Amino acid sequence: MTTVAAPHAGAGSSDRAEPATFTIERSPGAVRLSGTFRTTEAARAWQELHAAVASAGSGELVLDLSDVKRMDGGVIALVVAARAELATQGVTARIVSTPEHLRPLFELYRGMERPAERVRRPSLGGLETVGDAALRWASELRDAVHFFSAVAAAFVRVVRRPRSAHLKELPWLVERAGFDALPIVVLISLLVGFVMGYQSARQLERFGANVYVADLVGISITRELAPLMTAIIVVGRSGAGFAAEIGTMKVSDEIDALRVMGLQPIARLVIPRLVALALVLPVLALVSDVVGIAGGLFVAVVSLDVTAHAYLLETRRALVGWDVWQGLIKSAPFGVTIALIACQQGFAASGGAESVGRRTTTTVVSCLFTLVLLDAAFTFTLRMLGK
Amino acid sequence: MSAAARELGEGRERLLEVRGLTIGWGSKVLQTDLTFSVDRGEVFAILGRSGAGKSTLLRFLVGLEEPTAGHVEIAGHGPVDLTAGLPPFGVMFQAGALFGSMTVGENVGLALDEWTDLPPVATAAIARTKLALVGLEGAFDKLPSELSGGMIKRAAIARALALDPELVFLDEPSAGLDPITAREIDGLIRALNEGLGLTCVVVTHELESVFAVADRCIVLGDHGGGIVAEGDPRELRESTDPRVREFFNRRPRS
Ligand SMILES: Nc1ncnc2c1ncn2[C@@H]1O[C@H](COP(=O)(O)OP(=O)(O)OP(=O)(O)O)[C@@H](O)[C@H]1O
Ligand SMILES: [Mg+2]
Repeated sequence: MTTVAAPHAGAGSSDRAEPATFTIERSPGAVRLSGTFRTTEAARAWQELHAAVASAGSGELVLDLSDVKRMDGGVIALVVAARAELATQGVTARIVSTPEHLRPLFELYRGMERPAERVRRPSLGGLETVGDAALRWASELRDAVHFFSAVAAAFVRVVRRPRSAHLKELPWLVERAGFDALPIVVLISLLVGFVMGYQSARQLERFGANVYVADLVGISITRELAPLMTAIIVVGRSGAGFAAEIGTMKVSDEIDALRVMGLQPIARLVIPRLVALALVLPVLALVSDVVGIAGGLFVAVVSLDVTAHAYLLETRRALVGWDVWQGLIKSAPFGVTIALIACQQGFAASGGAESVGRRTTTTVVSCLFTLVLLDAAFTFTLRMLGK
Repeated sequence: MSAAARELGEGRERLLEVRGLTIGWGSKVLQTDLTFSVDRGEVFAILGRSGAGKSTLLRFLVGLEEPTAGHVEIAGHGPVDLTAGLPPFGVMFQAGALFGSMTVGENVGLALDEWTDLPPVATAAIARTKLALVGLEGAFDKLPSELSGGMIKRAAIARALALDPELVFLDEPSAGLDPITAREIDGLIRALNEGLGLTCVVVTHELESVFAVADRCIVLGDHGGGIVAEGDPRELRESTDPRVREFFNRRPRS
């Protein structure tokens, strides 16, 4: 026979009338519960019951409750669950001598008596998992294509009737996506120009080619780094913001509220964001060009003994207009891409806050991936065109 | 029913017609073969236990979901198409669905701004009046996040009424309101119905409201039971069908 006595409850519940003390005595064919069982101290009771269940042979087990002073609902649930578990092992457990005041509660918890059929999702084999993922991916893709064609249709309508565009929000969006992003764009561009200048300086110094740091910084910033860096900053700020904002509107039925007013959510929400980012990104990239070159200049002057004048002259000589243009031109499609992906993910949110969070994450990841792909495609195409 | 509609007698006009409708989410079917109609000038209640699919049914009625089987038609307008201009109805969603970035006044005035050529002063005046109808004059300049749950519901009712539609869909307009405000909302529904002939489709759990305002109702059964009863709620109360009795007598079947 085993006896387990729970320690007296700690200071936290010392003001309660009955201390939580219980004993569970096991003997062949019977388990006797007595004392006060509280849900907060139920872990011991559960262990002990479980042990009793595990060691129950077959046939019949009596759960004797005659000395139970008090039993919380949670513990009753455990007792009922233990009985259900026994039933699955072919053991009939009878609960006997339930004190009068606990009977209604046992009645209430009777629902648990049927051994809980766990609704297991059929575990999928390797092939099925792949198939399942592919199906889900296909349906995501179909939704996205549907969304993009709806945006295209809305865009055509706006081009036909510019008055139907909802550009009231545009100044505000431009301010938020562009103006508010300036400090971080300036800071990051300056540092990148600075670091690039510094790293290349150490190599160039060895050949006495100090002044060529201007070529290196100038060309890489204007052609690649400025458009890409600003796009990445805008993904983090505005892309995530748009997805969360629209996703929240979606899950709180606001998008549907617009639709039942006969208003077109895509025209109202997506087109202005798309236009805003297409306008803002080239401007930010230009700012980034200037600031990045300034960062390089600073390093050249401070640690390479190149005069500011010589640096600027060399930059002018090295950079052709096309270098700058090419960076600015690709910024606009970068902006459109970010806005499209962010809005698409926002519209795809459904359910609750969890979904909005997931869609926001997906936005950032897909935007970064798509941007790098696009950038590579640009570079490759321009290369083929001999530019 | 409004006096005008009552005089029509036999010549009552169908405003909303639902035939053989299946509702559900994706591949999950909630109810099948729903057939009922709402006459012009009626207050029509949709009853049923939590999870029976009342809000989902409303989404199909207003055209937010495309039926896979069956039709929904609004008389004189045909099947609902939300992309074809101003829908002939107003909708109040169960959770309000106020636009969080706009003030309450702007929420109510939005449809007016979009669909009329009124100057902003005039739309504001109308919005203020609609808010006063639901006792929210003071909330005009507040953001939805500054309102209580009951106030959000009431503002959403005002928004549904903004353009004086001939038909409104209200999803639990008085659930969660204090009993006094709930009766005021009932009074408002009756007054609009009798004064303007407004047709109302109301989802509600409040039996008191049902008896006070509804001319007719349907009861949706649990677990896809379809329409288990249809008719005047005061008569349904006497029904012998246990599924109906359990609803009107507020106690579970034993
Ligand atoms: N967005 C959704 N996606 C999938 N299933 C949903 C969604 N919304 C609701 N459901 C499911 O549809 C069923 C009916 O929900 P619905 O909101 O229509 O019930 P209801 O009758 O309005 O209940 P209540 O009286 O509690 O508002 C529920 O089982 C719910 O799980
Ligand atoms: Mg509902």
